Amino acid sequence: MAESDCKKYLTLSGLEPLVVTPESNFINVGERTNVTGSRKFLRLIKDGNYSEALEVARHQVDGGAQILDVNMDEGMLDGVYAMTKFLNLIASEPDISRIPIMIDSSKWEIIEAGLKVVQGKSVVNSISLKEGEAEFIHHAKLVKRYGAAVIVMAFDEDGQADTYERRIEICERSYRLLVDIVRFPPQDIIFDPNIFPVATGMEEHRKNAMDYFNATKWIRENLPYANVSGGVSNVSFSFRGNDTVREAMHASFLYHAIQHGMNLGIVNPAMLEVYDEVDKELMALVEDVFFDRRDDATERLLDYAETVKGNKKDIEVAVLEWRDKPLQERITHALVKGIDAFIIEDVEEARLASERPIEVIEGHLMIGMNVVGDLFGSGKMFLPQVVKSARVMKKAVAYLQPFIEAEKGGKQEFAGKILMATVKGDVHDIGKNIVSVVLGCNNYEIVDLGVMVPPEKIIEMAIKENVDIIGLSGLITPSLDEMTYVSKEMEKKNLNIPLIIGGATTSRAHTSVKIAPNYNHTVVHINDASRAVTVVGNLLKKDNAIFKEQIREEYDKFREQFLKRTKEKEYLTIEDARKNRFKIDWNTSEIVKPKQLGIQVIEDFDLKKLEEFIDWSPFFRSWDLHGRYPNILEDDVVGEQAVELFKDAKELLNRIINEKLLTAKAIFGLFPANTVNDDDIEIQITNNQQPTTNNQFKFLTLRQQSKKASGKPNLALADFIAPKETGKQDYMGCFCVSTGFGTAELAKQFEEDHDDYNAIMVKALADRLAEAFAEYLHKEVRVNHWNYTQDESLTNEDLIKENYKGIRPAPGYPACPDHLEKRTIWEILSVKERIGVELTESLAMWPAASVSGYYFANPDAKYFGLGKINLDQVADYAKRRDTTQEEAEKWLSPNLVD
Amino acid sequence: MANIKNEIQKRILVLDGAMGTMLQRYKFSEEDFRGERFKDYPTSLKGNNDLLTLTQPEAIAEIHRQYFEAGADIVETNTFSGTTIAMADYDMEDLVYELNFESARIARKVADEFTKSNPEKPRFVAGSIGPTNKTASLSPDVNRPEFRAITFDELRIAYKQQVEALIDGGVDVLLVETIFDTLNAKACLFAIEEVKEERDMDIPIMVSGTITDASGRTLSGQTVEAFLASISHIPLLSVGFNCALGAEQLQPYLQRLSNETEFYTSAHPNAGLPNAFGEYDQTAKQMQALIEDYLKDGLINIIGGCCGTNPEHIKAIAEVAENYKPRQLKIKI
Repeated sequence: MAESDCKKYLTLSGLEPLVVTPESNFINVGERTNVTGSRKFLRLIKDGNYSEALEVARHQVDGGAQILDVNMDEGMLDGVYAMTKFLNLIASEPDISRIPIMIDSSKWEIIEAGLKVVQGKSVVNSISLKEGEAEFIHHAKLVKRYGAAVIVMAFDEDGQADTYERRIEICERSYRLLVDIVRFPPQDIIFDPNIFPVATGMEEHRKNAMDYFNATKWIRENLPYANVSGGVSNVSFSFRGNDTVREAMHASFLYHAIQHGMNLGIVNPAMLEVYDEVDKELMALVEDVFFDRRDDATERLLDYAETVKGNKKDIEVAVLEWRDKPLQERITHALVKGIDAFIIEDVEEARLASERPIEVIEGHLMIGMNVVGDLFGSGKMFLPQVVKSARVMKKAVAYLQPFIEAEKGGKQEFAGKILMATVKGDVHDIGKNIVSVVLGCNNYEIVDLGVMVPPEKIIEMAIKENVDIIGLSGLITPSLDEMTYVSKEMEKKNLNIPLIIGGATTSRAHTSVKIAPNYNHTVVHINDASRAVTVVGNLLKKDNAIFKEQIREEYDKFREQFLKRTKEKEYLTIEDARKNRFKIDWNTSEIVKPKQLGIQVIEDFDLKKLEEFIDWSPFFRSWDLHGRYPNILEDDVVGEQAVELFKDAKELLNRIINEKLLTAKAIFGLFPANTVNDDDIEIQITNNQQPTTNNQFKFLTLRQQSKKASGKPNLALADFIAPKETGKQDYMGCFCVSTGFGTAELAKQFEEDHDDYNAIMVKALADRLAEAFAEYLHKEVRVNHWNYTQDESLTNEDLIKENYKGIRPAPGYPACPDHLEKRTIWEILSVKERIGVELTESLAMWPAASVSGYYFANPDAKYFGLGKINLDQVADYAKRRDTTQEEAEKWLSPNLVD
Repeated sequence: MANIKNEIQKRILVLDGAMGTMLQRYKFSEEDFRGERFKDYPTSLKGNNDLLTLTQPEAIAEIHRQYFEAGADIVETNTFSGTTIAMADYDMEDLVYELNFESARIARKVADEFTKSNPEKPRFVAGSIGPTNKTASLSPDVNRPEFRAITFDELRIAYKQQVEALIDGGVDVLLVETIFDTLNAKACLFAIEEVKEERDMDIPIMVSGTITDASGRTLSGQTVEAFLASISHIPLLSVGFNCALGAEQLQPYLQRLSNETEFYTSAHPNAGLPNAFGEYDQTAKQMQALIEDYLKDGLINIIGGCCGTNPEHIKAIAEVAENYKPRQLKIKI
């Protein structure tokens, strides 16, 4: 297998996977199931009280541990027995064994015993060069064969690394042996470059913290894909008994270690202060020690430590202090610190001060949770702490719930039903839960599917529960792809439920570029919970068409700008683009021979028949009234105007129809056709209606050249017609319709009467009629003349949305921007001679209210945009067109790569 | 000799269908199972399909032949239960080496005949390694959750014996399949690595797990992604799923697998879900349409059938597989 850069992330597993990506916040290892670190756990194991020992493990997982460290190294214990038994017991507890295990021992036989009983990918803690290279390599090989990752201590034959230089020397040597000799996957290596105590008073310990930070940084920069871990509590060893100082030291150390590249480690959440909550003076003293900034740094920290020396009184004083602060600060403090002792009384106070109980959630509590979110986002709070915050939040909301319901008269009548899910592969749900809570408080019924929800389930439940909105959340970057996938599946299943995207890594850019184009209904990105309420409110309003339309337009525009801005776009050569053409399997693809081949003319068509085919939305847009018909008629802002305009339009339209003020004509032809020379379509004129001697024509199509995501073709219209070499006879058509005859005269009359309003109106209507005629004719062709669909029963809505088989792209539009093609159509059909529609010098059609284009019947044919093309295609095109490069460039200039 | 690693880059490879389903058609009696050699064997032998390699070798060869004729590129040896652990049910632990060796030899011979007559389409033999009938990470005794009926080392030793015999018999690839407990599979992979090292050789490995029900997890509780993380430490030819589900139910899990793995992918689903009588009634045509969905989505490199499939199914699958390109290995940047 080729070595690739794919998946160079540490990936572990219990029953569920844990992928350590650069975006993962620090991975927290639960350490309480360690007999050397927890007296309680040691006692439980010694007493054989395994069921309570399991509760310790469960408590760790519930508290947010992402890996569970298990250590049975105690002189009086049979380590192999205890490790085997405890891990076997854990395997029977799915809520514990869902996370990966860290098998922690200094004895190889205990490690191996552990490796033999875990089915997931675990971590061995640890191996080192202490006993020399041979043993190191032997153990590493076995670890690899058992399928585990490994922690490597910075330890060699000469002892433990205690300087920066020794740390990097040993780590580099270990890394080279592992990667070059053992072929250990580098992403499965985790270095522990030794966290040693500081402020011990010993001169040689002064640089302990800094050396660790710098060694960590060096490893992350110089040993590709390797990870760094450490046991944080060591650093404060000399302050045992003084929790205030220790907690501050842990918070600061962890913060700086993470900044330097430590990405997993052992921290006791109970012994950890929130970085920003540490007294500023203390923090400065601690950091002076860590960074060895002053000769007297240790003395100064010790002096300070004396003043806060772990007596209860100080702590109580501190407690009272924050209780004296203003209400909002108290609530924020309680949420940040995860203290639930006073939350009810504070929330009650807030409720009495507010007009409505819901305001406490939207105001006080949200302000606090935003602080939590910011601290978490900037790496100053860690998952277990955030879990505690969420619990306080929940308690507060639960208290407020009855008041909110009482206000609503005690009955639950929901404003809408919203499905919420954290997507597959992601376990982060704090943001999602906040949004759920906020929406729930705003009288929406929430169907919360939890975390790691597979797309099938999201869709199944959305349908089953008949929800009004689907909300997807995720925190890690792979979730972005997953959301994209879900949106595609939703489209596949023809869902018409608005989709809301949220979560830390999501963005408007990603949503507009990667998600919105996949799904035909509204897709909105929400970056904070407070906006969720307004967005959901707007989406569920009865008349939401304008809002939806605005969102769609906003995102389309954003996407366009974004793509423009970011694209140093890559282009393929025309040869490579042709290789990546859209491939239809011509052995199985259904080709229908048209019932009537040749050219047909329709003269003096009854306009009355077109009325039902009119798409009115563009009509309103041409008058700068934005919104979808018919909802626009009831729009709050433009509704009144729209109604009036519509009335006038109908009136004029009736006149036009009844008095036959405009004349409609059409011509179309259906011909045998085959793709030749990759991108040309050769047309055979079969009957004698064609007056010219030439009976063979070529349509020249242009091919997309921008580099596509793998699996996406570079399209050209020629791809939808069978190539000649397949030996299959295929067919295509072309047409021109016009409803413009008489428009100019009529407009002129109005103008002469100074009725500019109707002068514009008649043009706008003629344009709509021409489009309607094109739609009508396409339907006639599908159902009668070509007859490739028989049982088509589409509403006008379906037609507008182009929900039919086959396409009718028009030269000058995105799929085929080459206007010169109109000349070919004119020649083939004798358009000018037969129905009188002319081409201007710049190849505009006259009368203006005309539409011309091609017909493709293949079920795989679809509309697309050509995008930018390169000069090599232009040169090739010029040759095919038998013209100069200059001339070709002129016509294709809007599509040339800048 | 043709190399499966080359062939898999060129096209979608087709694996054979069920062995058991085909053997049922013969309606072998206890006497047929015993043959001359085990006429007086003390235990009942009916149902020991692996034994038919020794007592009805022509039937086994004929089934391989039918699958190759249907268009299979790879047939599996008749060794699903070829470990001392599974053979203990028939007191036939001592026959394990011979059963595996002979099964591999029979399949090898048929494959070589086909390759010889059409060298353009080389045929391969996969040594089938089943999960055994015991689980290393689950306790069979609800009252003793820490108890295990089998250990890692017991599995490793048993698998090693099977692997050595299959290699000696001439298989091209080892197929660790129907994995319902990942720890069993890890023991097998450990054994294979030992054999590879001791013999200083390499042999491609296919790994195929089993998603047991709609929970989307293996019997031992792992998600698709966790399963993949647990077995990806060994360089594999392919990773995939087989058994328990039909092609339709398997698709979302294959999609996830295909998204996540660097290895080639395989699938050999059952012919739908069993009906109330435990029979599979999905037709070849129906299965073909479902498999075509995999192919359209570019999910698969190796495709075949498990329970309830027969040469007609494989023929239909091979026909449609020919029309599609194999899944491309993904290189993430």
